[in-house]
Amino acid sequence: MMRRLHTPVALALLAAAGIAHAAPDLGQGVKQATNWTAIIMFAVFVVGTLFITKWAAAKTRSASDFYTAGGGITGFQNGLAIAGDFMSAASFLGISAAVFLDGFDGLIYAIGFLVGWPVITFLMAERLRNLGRFTFADVASYRFAQKPIRVFAASGTLVVVAFYLIAQMVGAGQLIKLLFGLDYWIAVVLVGALMMVYVLFGGMTATTWVQIIKAVLLLSGASFMAFSVLAQYNFSPSQLFQTATEVHAKGVSIMGPGSFIKDPISAISFGMALMFGTAGLPHILMRFFTVPSAKEARKSVLWATTWIGYFYILTFIIGFGAIVLVGTNPAFKDAAGALLGGNNMAAVHLAQAVGGDVFLGFISAVAFATILAVVAGLTLSGASAVSHDLYATVFKKGQATSENELKVSKITTICLGIIAVLLGIAFEKQNVAFMVSLAFAIAASANFPVLFMSVLWKDCTTRGATVGGFLGLATAVILTVLSKSVWVDVLGNSAAIFPYASPAIFSMAIGFFGIWIFSITDKGPRARIDRAGFEAQEVRAETGIGAAGASGH
Amino acid sequence: MEQDVVQRVKSDPNYQKLKSRRSKFGWTLTWAMMIVYYGFTLLVAFNKEFMGSRIGDGVMTWGIPLGLFVIVFTVVITGIYVRRANREYDELSDAIKAKVGAA
Repeated sequence: MMRRLHTPVALALLAAAGIAHAAPDLGQGVKQATNWTAIIMFAVFVVGTLFITKWAAAKTRSASDFYTAGGGITGFQNGLAIAGDFMSAASFLGISAAVFLDGFDGLIYAIGFLVGWPVITFLMAERLRNLGRFTFADVASYRFAQKPIRVFAASGTLVVVAFYLIAQMVGAGQLIKLLFGLDYWIAVVLVGALMMVYVLFGGMTATTWVQIIKAVLLLSGASFMAFSVLAQYNFSPSQLFQTATEVHAKGVSIMGPGSFIKDPISAISFGMALMFGTAGLPHILMRFFTVPSAKEARKSVLWATTWIGYFYILTFIIGFGAIVLVGTNPAFKDAAGALLGGNNMAAVHLAQAVGGDVFLGFISAVAFATILAVVAGLTLSGASAVSHDLYATVFKKGQATSENELKVSKITTICLGIIAVLLGIAFEKQNVAFMVSLAFAIAASANFPVLFMSVLWKDCTTRGATVGGFLGLATAVILTVLSKSVWVDVLGNSAAIFPYASPAIFSMAIGFFGIWIFSITDKGPRARIDRAGFEAQEVRAETGIGAAGASGH
Repeated sequence: MEQDVVQRVKSDPNYQKLKSRRSKFGWTLTWAMMIVYYGFTLLVAFNKEFMGSRIGDGVMTWGIPLGLFVIVFTVVITGIYVRRANREYDELSDAIKAKVGAA
């Protein structure tokens, strides 16, 4: 389905959980006049969240507070925060742009990003909560030799976080240049600096609340837009669709599948990356440790799924709204008839069409806040991989004090923040659209298989999980480099060596096969300990007996 | 966790019940989700004519309600699991915990 991905929006949408796609489309966008309404609204958001950070800082004393907000987040709050992690600026702008361009095809993307959640709920959420404390490596390494699995999990986390983070930073710079009229580098430094303040001082508590507030703002804004659109058509979707088919250049074909899905292998592979990648994203998995019990963990996924599903339905309406209200209005178009600022601006223009300049400012501010919140969550999960998995467990062999661990995570946060800003600036002119899809592919092919097999398969061993995990990771990276999005679009070769849009169907298979074959052939003394440990692990995973109640207070 | 706690839990009939019920239910729903999602994807890949064909006199096609159905199905199936788990499974695991005297 992705073989024709060179249309910017389609490419863009691969990255719908990040802002990556904004790059090719918004990259050439001209700097806009400074938008004061948007800047003032964003300033209000920043001041509000800084107060929250101050409040959170007073509560953040131990490593447990820092990583998981002391386990004191409720299922409802956590559900909103998870939804916030998913409802990125790219989901909002990218999916509405896809609907604006192709109608029905945009819906296919939206569905792909939602369907991973039930699988997480049915197979993973409770077990994660029962086995883990701070990071998904706690779960994956539960009965294994700590060092190899932690090193693998930290690599998996850092690679996923790095690609996701670069994509977000570049997207942030481009988007803010367009929406606010700020220089690219100022936007990137601003995002980096604010994110560091949230994470450093407020830890998971502040990061979660920033995400919750943003999720509420985004859901309210999108609801208002969808409501305004439907109100113009007497709340009759069929009238809206009717008008859309009359004014859209593609006519009635926007009501059915277009050119988007071409080859079934790409379609299935891409679907697998989205479905299982979601269950392997470290910053999402980490959220399951912020709730006090398995029951709250389940509730949080139900809330998250509900909000995300609702949000995607809104996005669909917003896309059709843009067809009838933005696509027909010459004020939103340049001389050549293209949308000002690129197709990803469809929802932003619609905001102006239905709510005037003030609402435009509001939506722009929310888009900025969205990037900020997602970036903070990513940094926190990267920092925890370094301080908890590498420093405290591998380097100090579990003997690190809570203060030292906290200190290391704060130093790591600063380093990650600086690196993110530098990479964001370095990649300004690069095509980073592949990065979020690569992050999903790695999460699906390395993190997810290791997590899944270590929790559910008795005969899994340290060797199997480590080797298989690294094989999945390497395959996902290599195949992505050989695919069109890097080999042709970034490296400038004429034809892709790997013909499909996503490596997941192959790299996931290799990851699982690697874990299986290197486990069953493992006859060493460690393998016996690994297998013997399954019973106790299973009892705890199923019942929660022995799990720290409120994350180790 | 001490080995004797593990053995006591494992020999508890409630534990066996919890494990087999949850696993069966979880996998059934997982397969249902996969069938619906990949069914939708394959329908889009192989039967574009059907997805683009009109339902009635208006412009509405089969594809759009089916797509929205997948979204609603995703939320509903998650709700079904969580509802059952929060009642039945938590009750069973509480009973197991009470029996072994663990927190």
